[in-house]
Amino acid sequence: MDLLEYQGKQLFARHGVPIPEGRPAATIEEAVIAADEVGYPVVIKAQVLIGGRGKAGGIKLANDREEAERHAKAIIGMDIHGFTVHQLYVEKASDIAEEYYAAVVFDRGAKQPMVMLSRMGGMEVEEIAEKDPTAIARLHVDPLVGFQAFHGRRLAFESGIAEDVIRPVGTMLERLYEAFVGEDAMLLEVNPLLVTGDREVVALDAKVTLDGNALYRHPETAELRNTGAEDPQERMARERGLTYVKLDGNVGILGNGAGLVMSTLDVVAQAGGRPANFLDAGGGSKAEEISNAVEVILANPKVTGVLFNIFGGITRCDEVANGLITAFGSLDISVPFVVRLDGTNDEEGRRLLADADLPNVHVEKTMLEAASRAVELAGEAPPEDADRPGPSAGADPDADPEQ
Amino acid sequence: MSILVDKDTKLVVAGLTGREGSFHGLNNRRYGTDLVAGVTPSKGGQDVEGVPVFDTVHAAVQEAGANTAMVFVPPPAAADAILEAADAGVELVICITEGIPAHDMLRVYTHLRRDERTRLVGPNCPGILSPGKANVGIIPAHFFSEGNVGLVSRSGTLTYQIGNELAQRGFGNSTIVGIGGDPVVGSSFIDVIAQFESDPETELIVMCGEIGGDEEERTADYIAESVSKPVVAYIAGFTAPPGKTMGHAGAIVSGSKGTAAAKAEALEAKGVRVGRNPTEVADAASEALA
Repeated sequence: MDLLEYQGKQLFARHGVPIPEGRPAATIEEAVIAADEVGYPVVIKAQVLIGGRGKAGGIKLANDREEAERHAKAIIGMDIHGFTVHQLYVEKASDIAEEYYAAVVFDRGAKQPMVMLSRMGGMEVEEIAEKDPTAIARLHVDPLVGFQAFHGRRLAFESGIAEDVIRPVGTMLERLYEAFVGEDAMLLEVNPLLVTGDREVVALDAKVTLDGNALYRHPETAELRNTGAEDPQERMARERGLTYVKLDGNVGILGNGAGLVMSTLDVVAQAGGRPANFLDAGGGSKAEEISNAVEVILANPKVTGVLFNIFGGITRCDEVANGLITAFGSLDISVPFVVRLDGTNDEEGRRLLADADLPNVHVEKTMLEAASRAVELAGEAPPEDADRPGPSAGADPDADPEQ
Repeated sequence: MSILVDKDTKLVVAGLTGREGSFHGLNNRRYGTDLVAGVTPSKGGQDVEGVPVFDTVHAAVQEAGANTAMVFVPPPAAADAILEAADAGVELVICITEGIPAHDMLRVYTHLRRDERTRLVGPNCPGILSPGKANVGIIPAHFFSEGNVGLVSRSGTLTYQIGNELAQRGFGNSTIVGIGGDPVVGSSFIDVIAQFESDPETELIVMCGEIGGDEEERTADYIAESVSKPVVAYIAGFTAPPGKTMGHAGAIVSGSKGTAAAKAEALEAKGVRVGRNPTEVADAASEALA
């Protein structure tokens, strides 16, 4: 789960990580009140879960109330790379002497937390690594020992930050590590880590990703989920307890088991189609869950055909068939379905489907045949979203150099 | 032969009195697994269809001779259950539980690696099946028969799919190991492949990876250096967008890291055949064994 900047800063503050004074605001009026309270000059910052908001015009300096109101008005509701701004953060303007970079990351390769510090901040870590690989110091921390003062000293000396701030930066890293462990974070990034004209050290930005599996022990953070920023179908699926990821194609997908569903998406792509979603109906799915899942898939208006790919282990194919029959009974379904049932009770499932004789439902024997048929029946995919970043197998600048 | 679980397995199930624990534990017993005990605190002295229940894993080891533990308890209690089993001297712990906090697993992993007495498989895995010998976990055993293909996978149903395609071509399995879909798991591909390499019954190894992390890349290097048996691989998630968790907590492309394409390339660069879909994997396996 990703936090907005101001939520991340509130989390930092709870762990003693220094931050500039600021207030969140959801309306123009709230932003003006917040600016008056904080005291001018202030910075009005769009709160969205995507980088590059400064360049997009989402961060503006206001020297007085009139400017604060004008900027708040311009920023709230604006679109930043596909994310609408619903929330602002009004922060006391800082005077900048140095910009550093600090992060604590969950290094799954090394299976240890990794703390990073750089004397070059205010740009992406990949960019730092490209400009000057020696400018980033990295250190793994034994999770059973925890962050020690020497870790902070080593990072500070090896990154080449200014001598006079070595101690406060070390302290900030120590507190960031405490927050990382205490809040079950997968990533904490401070970029820039600011040294002010008065040589004070503060976190000017906060990027925080928390472990969704640990939210049960952080009920206060669990409430911070940014439902406004969530895709409507993804939200609907989450509320129904389904694992769903929206994609940009037109072939709706339902399968059981994360690996099999990923494989199904790939096979659809190989057959020349474009999947509309990832949906794992999970192990042991009952008819009602299947029917629920169909509703979520069809809530996406781009879907022009649906593929069911089930390999029954604990999941029983007859339950899946009954779920589909239920869905056809309760929903107005106009798109073709291709169904492949294999494994536990598959013959029973296929017989149920044959008896129900659902309109435009096609049963195929193998996964590959089913994928081809689904792609054929779903027809042409809508035009590709030009700005959706595709996965690339490019350079890996922030990889651990020891690996 | 087989690896990890066999006729010598003496199983204790943590959470045997729970719904899932009793369903799958007894299912494993019906398959022929020697289920010697269950553990549920404060329910010691009871039994589940004749299987004695103890308050602690230590008691299950001392009194029933358990050497393998299956953990089926809810996520908040799972790390504790794994550590308890390790502390009691259990050699192999198989954790099925999905949803354990990643930081808990960092501590568990680090501790277990320091004291090499206990091997952990999982969490968030379907378990281990050695056809004809023992089944520990939730793998539907009736699809699989004894044979010479060792199968190791981060995913459950995908394993059944590939295993079933192999079965249709007449191949059985020495052992099927689900290593789990979490970011931090107790046993890696390398750990399991090393076992298959030294298992005389295994003649071919099929590994089934997916997006996220760099285990497949490391495994490619390991195979090139240390594995003499043929290996066929499959990678799921070529169409996964970056930044999205695809069902498994560990299945996420972070920026440009952990993509299926990078994994497939790394494996192919080391001479490992990578099938583009489960059918191609089964075909490649048939050819390798022909």
